[in-house]
Amino acid sequence: MIYREAGQFKTSYPADRAIFPIVQDRYFVAAIALAAFVAVPLLASEYWLVTIMLPFLVLSLAAIGLNILTGYAGLLSLGTGGFMACGAFAAYKLSTAFPELHIIGVFALSGVITAGVGVVFGIPSLRIKGFYLAVATLASQFFLVWLFNKLPWFTNYSPSGVISAPPRALFGDVFVTGSSATPEAKYLFALTAVCVLALLAKNMVRGNIGRKWMAIRDMDIAAEIIGIPMLRTKLLAFAISSFYIGVAGAMWAFIYTSSVEALAFGIERSFQVLFIIIIGGLGSILGSFLGAAFIVLLPILLSNAPQLIGLQIPVDMVTHLEFMIFGALIILFLIVEPHGLARLWSIAKEKLRLWPFPH
Amino acid sequence: MEFLQAVFVDPFVSIYEYPLFFIEVLIGGLLTGVMYSLVALGFVLIFKASGVFNFAQGAMVLFAALTLVGLMEYGLPLWAALIITVGIMVLLALVIERVVLRPLVNQEHIILFMATIGITFFLDGFGQMIWGSDVKLLDVGIPQDPIEIKGVLINKFDIWAAVIAGMLVMLLAVFFQRTRVGRALRAVADDHQAAMSVGIPLKTIWAIVWSVAGIVGLVAGIIWGSKLGVQFSLALIALKALPVLILGGFTSVPGAIIGGLIIGAGEKVAEVFWGSAFGGAIEDWFAYMLALVFLVFRPQGLFGEKIIERV
Amino acid sequence: MQHKLTSTALAAVIAVGGVMATALAAAQDNAQFIPSMVYRTGPYAPNGIPFADGVADYINLLNERDGGINGVKLTVEECDTAYNNDRGVECYERMKNNGPTGAAAFSPLSTGITYALIERATADKIPIFSMGYGRTDASDGRVFPYVFTMPTTYWSQATAMIEYIGKEEGGTDKLKGKKIALVYHDSAYGKEPIPTLEKLAQKFGYQFSKFAVPHPGLEQKATWLKIGRQLRPDWVLMWGWGVMNSTAIKEAAGVGFPMDRFIGVWWSGTEQDVIPAGAAAKGYKSGAFHAAGSGFPVHADIKKHVHDAGKAAGDAKNLGTVLYNRGVANSVFVTEAIRTAMAKYGNKPLTGEQIRWGFENLDLTAVRLKELGLDGFMNPVKVSCDDHEGSGPVKIQQWDGKQWNMITDWIPPMRDVVRPMIEDSAAAYAKEKGITPRDC
Repeated sequence: MIYREAGQFKTSYPADRAIFPIVQDRYFVAAIALAAFVAVPLLASEYWLVTIMLPFLVLSLAAIGLNILTGYAGLLSLGTGGFMACGAFAAYKLSTAFPELHIIGVFALSGVITAGVGVVFGIPSLRIKGFYLAVATLASQFFLVWLFNKLPWFTNYSPSGVISAPPRALFGDVFVTGSSATPEAKYLFALTAVCVLALLAKNMVRGNIGRKWMAIRDMDIAAEIIGIPMLRTKLLAFAISSFYIGVAGAMWAFIYTSSVEALAFGIERSFQVLFIIIIGGLGSILGSFLGAAFIVLLPILLSNAPQLIGLQIPVDMVTHLEFMIFGALIILFLIVEPHGLARLWSIAKEKLRLWPFPH
Repeated sequence: MEFLQAVFVDPFVSIYEYPLFFIEVLIGGLLTGVMYSLVALGFVLIFKASGVFNFAQGAMVLFAALTLVGLMEYGLPLWAALIITVGIMVLLALVIERVVLRPLVNQEHIILFMATIGITFFLDGFGQMIWGSDVKLLDVGIPQDPIEIKGVLINKFDIWAAVIAGMLVMLLAVFFQRTRVGRALRAVADDHQAAMSVGIPLKTIWAIVWSVAGIVGLVAGIIWGSKLGVQFSLALIALKALPVLILGGFTSVPGAIIGGLIIGAGEKVAEVFWGSAFGGAIEDWFAYMLALVFLVFRPQGLFGEKIIERV
Repeated sequence: MQHKLTSTALAAVIAVGGVMATALAAAQDNAQFIPSMVYRTGPYAPNGIPFADGVADYINLLNERDGGINGVKLTVEECDTAYNNDRGVECYERMKNNGPTGAAAFSPLSTGITYALIERATADKIPIFSMGYGRTDASDGRVFPYVFTMPTTYWSQATAMIEYIGKEEGGTDKLKGKKIALVYHDSAYGKEPIPTLEKLAQKFGYQFSKFAVPHPGLEQKATWLKIGRQLRPDWVLMWGWGVMNSTAIKEAAGVGFPMDRFIGVWWSGTEQDVIPAGAAAKGYKSGAFHAAGSGFPVHADIKKHVHDAGKAAGDAKNLGTVLYNRGVANSVFVTEAIRTAMAKYGNKPLTGEQIRWGFENLDLTAVRLKELGLDGFMNPVKVSCDDHEGSGPVKIQQWDGKQWNMITDWIPPMRDVVRPMIEDSAAAYAKEKGITPRDC
């Protein structure tokens, strides 16, 4: 009843091609957007904005990037952390070398630079497949982190190798990076960027290029036979994926932690993002958001839970339990719904179509 | 120019000038490589028999070592602790097969891979909760002092580790080639469907393979644990085993050994002679790059089964 | 099943919503809140546990024996960072407003987390107390009003070590032509001493070479073959942490490098580093800014009032280990800063801003240390507005196979080298961040 498509007729091609062809979806998305842009900054505390919403947004963006590569083009990558580091350090170099460059330009250019690096590390994917490719992408992961850690040029010769974001304003004195930026400004800026990029990604995967990627994912030899250029399409997937991940890395360093060393983008980060897309759903933009919410919220919830219910458990026990429950939940999720939260969501929509009537 | 000289001239000059030192580095690298192979072996066994890329192997190494040391701290003699630990690893294999693998039969590889990461988290938390996070000393009587043979310094411990690894591989080879279970394992590795149709029970085979991988993990845990002390960081040696794995091929036991030797020798020689040109600490990524170079020529690893694709 | 999952998800969302509410409500009235960032889990847990126990036990001692500070009870909340920067940030944000007046001071216990918190804490007006780690140039109180680095810093320690080596060689003029190598953890932490050691190399003419060890440092064969068999330096310094230290000691012994010419930073000089290395570690040296052992009156009090009362934070066997004592030292500084601040602002829970004043005017004299039962435990420290490090002397301790023994007196750092470096570096930071340094 609630989610009824019946009676919604499309009378033109543009209407049929809309991102959200069903009117309920449009309302729903509008409501979410309204909540995200208005209610959250008004209501959420600083703790929520800084430690939950910001990493959620940044990781969602990185997950969209990895989803393009792994979920749509079928190329398994464990180099996400390295590419995030690339974006972060590119943004740092750009913003300190060209102080007059606008912050949006900094982020966009750092994405472009990461895309270039991604293409270079994507070349082996033409020959190597599956887990071999996954482990091979670890080469980029370790190499990039080592590079940024090693060459002092990337950190402007800071003795410790830690970069910290210089203060930059979006316009006037609305700072979005540095210590004078308010959490609300940071949040809204990140939210806008993520929304715009997510819309772009959604359109990309619906279009010509997205279909090519999916053809390669489903069977690359068949795709090649029907005339999809393997080299260009795979490298494009690497480039666009790395662009997103690079921007996410820049946002991580500039907006979320505001000071970062290369080691923060270690292999754990790669696994974290891979978790997000698998829990959220491979090949789904919505899944990237759902997965990120799950991965960001769950550990925080678990580590706060004992206090919440008034239990006095030593912190080491809490963390160990957190690890165990986290691992068990991952397995449980994979067993219950291997296609991720995005699939759960679409099943829920199916049910809502009939609900509350049984048939 | 200076950089080019540091990369293309200086290392060779230094190798030429100190050939003994080069041999020493090479031997040290080969022996370290064997220790990587020990960890890689566990990966290979499971991948071969069930097609699962078992990321939890590192956690299993840690868990086995923690259990062994923990039991010994309770005053059990080494042999008793060993037997109980083996029992616990078998039990763990049974539980994993029942709780994780069986419900996920026929899922995509990446899903199973993720599930093993879930196991990693669980084991890390569980092991530390029971046995604590302190560094624990493990001494099973392997000598640790260096010896000098004709001007080449070798650590006795490394030789012992290599001998143990060699024996383990031989045992595994006999197990695979000569026993009934071993033959069944090879049949499953070749073709799940065909193996099932001739009446080989897949579930039992998986439980056995995971048990064997757990025991291999225990051996790796004992050796690495007596080298480093048993502590959480032990789980991270899995990352050193991955390049060995791709270089040797996911499905080959000898590949794991040869891969370990190449990676070990390669990364040590690179670090010692080429490291200073790049500012040092290159061995981590160098191992992966080396493996990558091999992969470009043989995408299935040196000894992996040829990947045949049909449309 | 689907239904169940949806309702679980819903329950989870509701539960998360409640987290903040209770976190805020958990504040206890009329007690000073002290946050404690610890890592009892993760790769560095073996080192984090005794430190955290020391921190907790000393504060517990004040509560049990004296009823807090001047009658104001202290509440401690631990938050496990697992030595991970983003978890550290989460801990900070979670705890900074707890208690009636907010957090007293944060000791991030990780150089990486310290870097991540400096700006936030300065904006929130909460002091960061990074005792013997973190950002050395933050000792310049004019640029970093909210960061305190006493009693000493990595740069001071590096100079003290060179001073010590000079003394062992028969005078700093004998350093010329000597070979000194640094083995360091390839991270922000490990890189801290490099500029100082390079500068001193110019000054004294020793040959300096550095060797990075990638995190976590499980494999160091190549590094040590190079050091022990090729370079053969006269002395090796180490800036290591966790499993890297014991591995380094073992590998050094494996290539036959003499242990008494191997000096670690104070974070590489703990029981956790030498015991796993076994007999090989005998003779190994390290820097220190406090004593090891449990023979001080404060330990007797902790044993009587905390351990015997069943209120110990952890295993009693950690009492008196190097890292436990360092945890005690950490708590001593924080609580004495609170006491100093109370003298000005009154005996009630204080805000971070008020406690900052206490830190800046802290004067731990020898007399005061004796009253605290810490006679000979550490050196008196006096902090000032522009110098947040204090005097910064360092001792060298040596492992005899059973325990750590002090083998030198307090070695003063080369202030004439370190202080200008700190000021230059802090000025560069101020310029990059657009901070106008305070007048002192």
